[in-house]
Amino acid sequence: MNKRSISTPLNVTKKTSFYLNKTHFKIFGQFIKLSPDHQHLIQLFVLLSSKLQRTFMLKLLGEYLILMFETFKRPDKYSVFRRQLMIEFIGLGVDSIGIVAIISVFSGAIVAIQTAYNIDSPLIPLTMVGFTTRQMMVLEFSPTIISLILAGKAGSRIASEIGTMRVTQQIDALRVMGVNPANYLILPKITASMLFNPLLIIFSIGLGISGGWFACVITNLVASADYIEGIQGWFEPFTITYAIIKTLVFALIISSVSGFLGYTLEGGSVEVGKASTKAVVYSSIIIIFFDLILTQMLLV
Amino acid sequence: MIEVKNMSKSFNNKLVLNNINTVFEKGKTNLIIGQSGSGKTVLMKCCIGLEMPESGVINFDNRPFSTISEKKKTDIRKEMGVLFQGGALFDSFNVEQNVMFPLNMFTNKTLEEKLERVNFCLNRVNLENVNKLFPSEISGGMMKRVAIARAISNSPSYLFCDEPNSGLDPKTAEVIDALISEITEEYDITTVVNTHDMNSVLQIGQKISFLYKGQLWWEGDKTSILETDNPELQDFVFSTELTRRLKKK
Repeated sequence: MNKRSISTPLNVTKKTSFYLNKTHFKIFGQFIKLSPDHQHLIQLFVLLSSKLQRTFMLKLLGEYLILMFETFKRPDKYSVFRRQLMIEFIGLGVDSIGIVAIISVFSGAIVAIQTAYNIDSPLIPLTMVGFTTRQMMVLEFSPTIISLILAGKAGSRIASEIGTMRVTQQIDALRVMGVNPANYLILPKITASMLFNPLLIIFSIGLGISGGWFACVITNLVASADYIEGIQGWFEPFTITYAIIKTLVFALIISSVSGFLGYTLEGGSVEVGKASTKAVVYSSIIIIFFDLILTQMLLV
Repeated sequence: MIEVKNMSKSFNNKLVLNNINTVFEKGKTNLIIGQSGSGKTVLMKCCIGLEMPESGVINFDNRPFSTISEKKKTDIRKEMGVLFQGGALFDSFNVEQNVMFPLNMFTNKTLEEKLERVNFCLNRVNLENVNKLFPSEISGGMMKRVAIARAISNSPSYLFCDEPNSGLDPKTAEVIDALISEITEEYDITTVVNTHDMNSVLQIGQKISFLYKGQLWWEGDKTSILETDNPELQDFVFSTELTRRLKKK
């Protein structure tokens, strides 16, 4: 590997420079438990995105952190914060129950049917269908796929709501009244998402497993007793903890990134639409990226 | 009283406000007038803290505003009421909740006391039986009046109005102007109105500051503005056919 690929400028200004070097990659690789053989993947990723980092990502990250610093301050008034929190529980949480339920039931059913379809060998017991469905729902489908769905539903809602408030000067009105707009608008959304999304995910896991059972019984692919035996076998409680940790991180990503994109919007109604789309795209990409990191950190 | 001293502001190296020195007097309706792009809105945004002036100071009753910390600014902001050009009412709140918002945030009044104050403010701006309507269900003139009610609900010491008559018919505009003037005198507050509507100038202009290309070009009142020999101000004042005909008479 040449010198350029292992010494990538991260933030170059006239006065200061910061370079990612071999040590940084090694520490990062160890942090996410990548083997030394795979560390060149991280080097490649940083190299490819280095230009983008300098001009765009670092600026965005800095603005995001400043906004989060403003957001995570003591609310101006707790009674108003509680009222806003209740509104967000309904808007971001309760209103999402329907779509989460439908997707979870069908996902569980599909996983169960596909697993049953792929078990050809008579040496593999049919209880594996229930086991696989449970593991899939707990480890990946519910925390990640449902979070991606919520990034689409809740993320676009947050970005467009706050973005519209920005273009219609409602955020300016809050600021000149002496209210901290970031704290008033974004903190209840982050809090509501982080409190309600784990409940949604537990609900999704239950419905997904139930959907799998229902599909097996309807199609006669697996006996009900085998399926139920499968979902009870080799259960590790830590997988639920893992799912909840992922959900909490994803909830923070969805609400804060979408809030940030709406809050920092400049322009008119067209920009509101763009911010809404960006919220979904950015949240989804960051979710997938953190899914990899958290999986490496918690499961490997 | 709001004092602006040696204030300058530029965007992308273009000077938008050039060494502005003026005083907005207490108990008077102070008007900032000028053509589009003259710097009126930037001056008002600097005064309410939405833009930071590059140089100069703004004092609210001898309290520096532009140079103090954000926390101290917040204390002064609680004494401000601002009427934005579009009203800037909160879409998700009805009229009553909009007017009650500053009371919810900054007072410990009971619900009954807050409702009493809300109804008083709505009556003051000649609005009745609109408490439960949402901003999307009321007219532009009513939105402006609700925004004024919200601005005065917490008894401000300073009232800022950005283009209060934009998008309104002359009759409704006159009502809004009269309301702003009455409120200013009644509560003895410092009111700053940003406008380019000559009807407003002649109706409520107790102190008028004319901005031209980012500079404070002329100051006076509604009487002296008609007698000015300043060519730039004359161009502005007598820019319409109606005012030119009135001048000839």
